[in-house]
Amino acid sequence: MVFVSSAEASIKTAPASRASGSAPPERTAAGQRTVGDITVKNPVIVCRDVNVYYGDKHAIRNVSLDIAHNEVIAMIGPSGCGKSTFLRCLNRLNDTIPTALVSGAISLEGQDIYDKRQDVVQLRARVGMVFQKPNPFPKSVYENVAYGPRIHGLAADRTELDEIVQTSLQRAGLWEEVKDRLEQPGTALSGGQQQRLCIARTIAVNPEVILMDEPCSALDPIATARIEDLIDELKQNYAICIVTHSMQQAARVSQRTAYFHLGDLIEVGSTDQIFTNPRHKLTEDYITGRFG
Amino acid sequence: MSDTDLGPAAVENAAKRTRRLVEKSLKRRYRAERRFRAYGMLAVALGLVFVGFLFSSIISTGWTIFQQSYVQLDIRYDAEVVDPAGERDEQAISTADYSALIKAALRERFPDVEGRSERRSLYGLASDAGQFELRERVMADPDLIGSTQTLWLLADDRVDLLMKGKIDRDLPEDQRGLSDQELGWIDSLLANGRLDLRFNRAFFTNGDSREPEQAGVWGAVVGSFFTLLVTLLLSFPIGVAAAVYLEEFAPRNRVTDFIEVNINNLAAVPSIVFGLLGLAVFIQLFGLPRSAPVVGGLVLTLMTLPTIIIASRAALKGVPPSIREAALGMGASQVQTVAHHVLPLAMPGMLTGAIIGMARALGESAPLLMIGMVAFIVDIPGGLTDPSTVLPVQVYLWADSPERAFLERTSGAILVLLGFLLIMNATAVILRQKFERRW
Amino acid sequence: MQTSTLVLLLLILSAAAYRAGRFRSLSLVGGLRGARNLHSLPGYYGLLTALWCAIPSLLILALWHAVDGRIVTQMVVAGMSSETQALPPGQLSLVLNDVRNLVAGAIPPEMASLEVQAAAERYIRLDSLSRLAAAVVCLSIALGVGGAVWLRISPNLRARNRVETIVRGALIACSTIAIFTTVGIVVSVLFEAIRFFQLVPVTEFLFGLQWSPQLAIRADQVGSSGAFGAVPLFTGTLLIAGIAMLVAVPVGLFSAIYLAEYAARRVRAVIKPVLEVLAGIPTVVYGFFAALVVGPMLRQSGEGIGLDVSSESALAAGLVMGIMIIPFVSSLADDMITAVPRSLRDGSYGLGATQSETIRRVVFPAALPGIVGGVLLAISRAIGETMIVVMAAGLGANLTANPLEAVTTVTTQIVTLLVGDQEFDSPKTLAAFALGLVLFLATLSLNIIALHVVRKYREQYE
Repeated sequence: MVFVSSAEASIKTAPASRASGSAPPERTAAGQRTVGDITVKNPVIVCRDVNVYYGDKHAIRNVSLDIAHNEVIAMIGPSGCGKSTFLRCLNRLNDTIPTALVSGAISLEGQDIYDKRQDVVQLRARVGMVFQKPNPFPKSVYENVAYGPRIHGLAADRTELDEIVQTSLQRAGLWEEVKDRLEQPGTALSGGQQQRLCIARTIAVNPEVILMDEPCSALDPIATARIEDLIDELKQNYAICIVTHSMQQAARVSQRTAYFHLGDLIEVGSTDQIFTNPRHKLTEDYITGRFG
Repeated sequence: MSDTDLGPAAVENAAKRTRRLVEKSLKRRYRAERRFRAYGMLAVALGLVFVGFLFSSIISTGWTIFQQSYVQLDIRYDAEVVDPAGERDEQAISTADYSALIKAALRERFPDVEGRSERRSLYGLASDAGQFELRERVMADPDLIGSTQTLWLLADDRVDLLMKGKIDRDLPEDQRGLSDQELGWIDSLLANGRLDLRFNRAFFTNGDSREPEQAGVWGAVVGSFFTLLVTLLLSFPIGVAAAVYLEEFAPRNRVTDFIEVNINNLAAVPSIVFGLLGLAVFIQLFGLPRSAPVVGGLVLTLMTLPTIIIASRAALKGVPPSIREAALGMGASQVQTVAHHVLPLAMPGMLTGAIIGMARALGESAPLLMIGMVAFIVDIPGGLTDPSTVLPVQVYLWADSPERAFLERTSGAILVLLGFLLIMNATAVILRQKFERRW
Repeated sequence: MQTSTLVLLLLILSAAAYRAGRFRSLSLVGGLRGARNLHSLPGYYGLLTALWCAIPSLLILALWHAVDGRIVTQMVVAGMSSETQALPPGQLSLVLNDVRNLVAGAIPPEMASLEVQAAAERYIRLDSLSRLAAAVVCLSIALGVGGAVWLRISPNLRARNRVETIVRGALIACSTIAIFTTVGIVVSVLFEAIRFFQLVPVTEFLFGLQWSPQLAIRADQVGSSGAFGAVPLFTGTLLIAGIAMLVAVPVGLFSAIYLAEYAARRVRAVIKPVLEVLAGIPTVVYGFFAALVVGPMLRQSGEGIGLDVSSESALAAGLVMGIMIIPFVSSLADDMITAVPRSLRDGSYGLGATQSETIRRVVFPAALPGIVGGVLLAISRAIGETMIVVMAAGLGANLTANPLEAVTTVTTQIVTLLVGDQEFDSPKTLAAFALGLVLFLATLSLNIIALHVVRKYREQYE
């Protein structure tokens, strides 16, 4: 274990909300050195030296990680390890928390998302998010899906909007179940249906990346299986970044896995490798169930 | 689901389209965002303007109340007038015509004023209140008779208005309320330093009066005090007892639900309805006296009970169950647990609620109109059954008076009322901060 | 004997009973060392004795006081001449008033008639007799009941449990006062209102368009028909309340939204209390503000642009009432907005909505039921508000929707009809109770609906 804890303060007090430049991979300024290859051939998102502070709490330390097109990357780790926090950096949802401070470099298709010129509305339209607890708006099923297209002006008229709603629900595998009750409130659906409604709502805006924050933790096994099938389908078109508590789920749905521990990214690798042959002691301990 | 698969190329196109459309919409949306934000700021600003306007209009008309115009006169306690018989008989002294002394002093100051009507308007410069003060002085010290004293006596309210700049000198005589002649006398008194603004003791020690310069808030303050005393003595114990029962003992059933619904409703019933209840029940049915603080207190008790019960219940809810479990575990009975452990811990919260309830009761006037506390009462009430009025009703009465000088009194009484409310609320805030516990 | 003396005596007696009960329990077991043989602590035996000594006697005393004045008066009347007894109730009460004034020494005896003097003497005699009887009865009850309990004290007596039962009973009694208040309101208002409806038909009251409650004192008086059609009052009330809501709802709502969603924490910490100051100001102050500041101001500015604005215009009263209700709306709306869970906002932001889009399209609709409930409560306050309209609205019942004219309201009329000396059963005073009934029912139903809506809303997000 190598602990180098010198530059923390200077990063925190950097004038912009992020440190300039990016350190070479695997040589982080503080915290753990990540084991495994963080880079990919065709990255959609590239993160370098990302730090997140909540007030005085240093929630994420020097995380560097690439996310590839059309892959499902799973983030695992014990609770409170910063997986969700990291996820919320990728669409700048941390901006809504007044005390949160993010530093480091994150780029989407080569474009720095924390750049002043980057519009956060535009970013979130490109990086969609599905949350831990299904959170349909207290509106009808139809209005839930139509919400994104409406605010972004994606549909020229009602027919086009109908079409977007229908395709999105179809691609989320929910159309058959709800096509007769589009006017009912979204909150009246079952938990699994609600979560698929949220997925449909997300893909209705045609994002490039979908972030999923423990999307199945509030669902029963059958609903979980349906969502997992859906993730499998969706990965043909989107990069999906999923935070999960369940190692089995990570093994089932993802191609790559990243293991987080207390704000550090410990190890990254192909899912097969992480689960069969972890290279870091902490990863191994977690996989084998010593803690978590 | 394969029929809805668009293929990577199509999805990429869709994404590009989204990007383009979002880009296009941004300008409009950020404009809407700024507009919405501006509405919010406008609303807040309006609210603040209202607060500012309200206070500035009250303070600007009321701050002069601390001073009142007094005229300095050389009073000769003429034995001929005060005690013609020379027997120092108390009865005779107390019924003497003291206003004659003031009139004489005024004549002395302006010896060239002739004619009845002119003299009458000269006498009008000094307030009626002067004669009572002189009588008190002589009654207290009969040796004054025959001597001469230089005294500051209350001036008439019109003189006061002029002194405070509330009468425009440049107005034509008939609109001014003061004739040119009177203005001349006033200027002469001013030039000799015999007319001045001094601390307005009368306002803080007198009861109501028809004469603005003599009217004071003390009677209303005392009336408010007695009324609130009754309210506090009744509503606090009853409110706390009700809260304790509902929070600690009551089973959840229809009766307690009904009580809850009743309490919540009563908290929102218009206060004037409580006045109707007071009139029909306390005055008509029980035959209690009208205009009495005790009836006012009863009515306000019923009105503030819901507030106190709700606040006390919140305070009781704030005591963690572990304390109750600990006491019950030691073998204490439920009543002992509540009396020894829960109540003391909840007391600061209950007191805060009680003070806030009292502050509301202090500002309440509508139900008191119903039970006759709007009477014109000069005497300072001396007990719970004496006819009296309260501060907010005094404000109402003065606000209704046509004399211009009462405007200042009204604002002054409002300032006094707001001062009391400020003290009460500040006490509640301090109490809350000092005893607030986080479990 | 004075009542206060009697109460003091009873309290002293109870204190003595406490000591006696405590002492007896201890002496039964041989002093403090034997206290462990007692079922309860010695103090509980004392307390039990004291409570039994005080409570029944004080209750009897209260009851005595509730009825004795009436009985004495009746006996006095019965002792008066038959002509006096045959007087109509109104005049009889005047005579009785004379008697009371004479008794209180408010008028010198020379000014009263002989009969009144005699009655006053009788009154004084009966009154002192009644007081004496009360003292005897109460003291003997206190001694008797207290003594009986004292005699029953034994080591096995479950004194603590009994005391606790009494305490619990007292607590229950206190908590039912809310019910009795409601019942009292309903009964007293309803009772008088029914008497009014016997004089004036309900339909005329509810649907009549003429309101002029001044009854003719002389038969030949002009323009005093005594019409009791309350529609102009209802429309006046609604007009003023409507203006108030037009001010309070947008300002309150938008400032709540701004303070909850946009303002920095420090700004919020300063501005919120300042706005809440408005809620702590007594309504009479708003009345003053409306009648003496805003009213004349509106009139002048109306003159300036050639509009004829009444100095008691509905606009002035409504405007000021709206200002009064702003903090009420904004704090309720603030509660409702902050109760909307974060996950909904996150869901909207996650899709790329701007802050205002999130507020308008997600937060506001989600909070709407709660806000509607809050607005209903605000309306209920507006129509029940009294002082502002009494001071700033007119007295003439005008059937108009023009906010620049003077209108009158239900509460204004209640006050006008009841303030001043009236006979209690003239249609004029009874009309006030009928108006009170309407007011109570209207606000009650608004409150019930609103409280229900708000509660359902809170449960939804709990």
